[in-house]
Amino acid sequence: MQFFLDAFRWLLDPANYVAGGISPLPIQDRIGEHLWYTFVSVAIASMIALPLGLFIGHTGRGRQFVISFTGMMRALPTLGLLMALFLIIGATVPFTQAAFVASIIALVILAIPSILAGGYAGVESVDPQTVDAGRAMGMTEMQILLRIEIPLSLPLIISGIRAAVLQVIATAVIASYISLGGLGTVISSGIGLNDNERILGGAILVIALALVVDGFLALLQRLVTRRGSKEARPQNIDFRRRSFGSAAVAEEPVNERKRHVQSKK
Amino acid sequence: MIEFQNVTKQFPDGTFAVKDFSLVLPSHKVTVFVGSSGAGKTTLLRMINRMVNPTSGKVLIDGEDVAGLNPVALRRKIGYVLQATGLLPHRKIADNIASVPRLNGVPKSKAREEALILLDTVGLDRSLADRYPDQLSGGQQQRVGVARALASDPNILLMDEPFGAVDPIVRLELQDELNRLQGEISKTMVFVTHNIDEAFAIADQVVILRAGGEIAQVGSPAEILANPADDFVETFIGADKGKRTLHLQRREEDGVTLIVDAEGRPAGILGEDKG
Repeated sequence: MQFFLDAFRWLLDPANYVAGGISPLPIQDRIGEHLWYTFVSVAIASMIALPLGLFIGHTGRGRQFVISFTGMMRALPTLGLLMALFLIIGATVPFTQAAFVASIIALVILAIPSILAGGYAGVESVDPQTVDAGRAMGMTEMQILLRIEIPLSLPLIISGIRAAVLQVIATAVIASYISLGGLGTVISSGIGLNDNERILGGAILVIALALVVDGFLALLQRLVTRRGSKEARPQNIDFRRRSFGSAAVAEEPVNERKRHVQSKK
Repeated sequence: MIEFQNVTKQFPDGTFAVKDFSLVLPSHKVTVFVGSSGAGKTTLLRMINRMVNPTSGKVLIDGEDVAGLNPVALRRKIGYVLQATGLLPHRKIADNIASVPRLNGVPKSKAREEALILLDTVGLDRSLADRYPDQLSGGQQQRVGVARALASDPNILLMDEPFGAVDPIVRLELQDELNRLQGEISKTMVFVTHNIDEAFAIADQVVILRAGGEIAQVGSPAEILANPADDFVETFIGADKGKRTLHLQRREEDGVTLIVDAEGRPAGILGEDKG
């Protein structure tokens, strides 16, 4: 407990927020960097994955290929990818740029599968009768996409982006491995200094940031879940690695039983 | 006038949805395609607005081959009502009705005004204009579907089992409404159903289809009832079981003349002749 209190004391120490502190201070600058990396990578990933996901959802073409391909992408270890990219890119561009570019590419690759899945699952969830009606009354394919499929699948599209943002915030920590900024520097400097408060403080910051941003996106998702788009409301589809989710579910009854047994004693 | 000329639709697996189908659908009349599932009714209907393209043969509207027309422009000129209503769930009723005029570039306020008038036309209260489709009953949604199909004042109205999903009482009500409406607007209407009673209730011309879009008989309801072409038609309209052959039976106790079917089940009573 003391450990946590120390970490929070470190977090609340105004000295850690004074401009011009020695790296990794001040903290707000590292939060800013962390958000910036997240924003840039999710934005680039969206630019790639959303049009592709919407196209697949609308036409049904290439679905199988993309599912297996994104499965492969998910299996890539981000840290290994980051190191490889850093070495390859570092051979041609200056050190600091290479670190940024390599980090962003690694995070973009991490973010793409969730956004892609949100895109095509969203469009596919739209009632085919509704799409048929749109076509029958003389909408062009683009009008069907823009006026029917996207509005109705917006909640699922955003939940895909939400999943990607969470993953990127959690993973952007590794950018500090190649001497880039972000909240990872707080943790790695803590490790370097053998300063437990700082390590835990950094970890808490990452978690808090993830929760705050996720909460904000949840709010946005609720706002776009308009009346009438009932069928497009997210049906607890977990865009992250599904195996974890189902394992957790499978475990639950066991714990439940244990608790019952204990309470009887 | 809509004309089918030797129209065939073959699926990639070799089966025929429709085989060498030829028929003229007169203007300002209601033609009903009736047949069991898989008789190609919907396929024929959807060929008119190019939602399905025939493998061979032609579909002509007023002498013009639809294959030469832009499908999007063609569809905006033809009203279409679907069984599942196909209303856009994220749009209000008035916006749903105004869909096609809006696609054609009619200004929003004008389109809304027309949508409100169309609500009157199909017998719905204007207060429903700002509701969403899922707040309406099945029958009301179907009326909205009809209003939407009428919104751009098309000459042709295609109706694909529009009353298939509503309960029998509402269904009869909607059929009556449709007859009333057709009396006012007099469109060239093509209606698909598998219910022969519904076909007789609304049709000027009934087309009874066998599997593969083969015509078993074409005629007015009276012609078909009077002279079923063959056993298939007899079975289809229920004439073989005596459902269509009614007899008079006088009840001695109150002097009322009953109308009964071949099984002796009462179907109604004999009224005074009009006029």
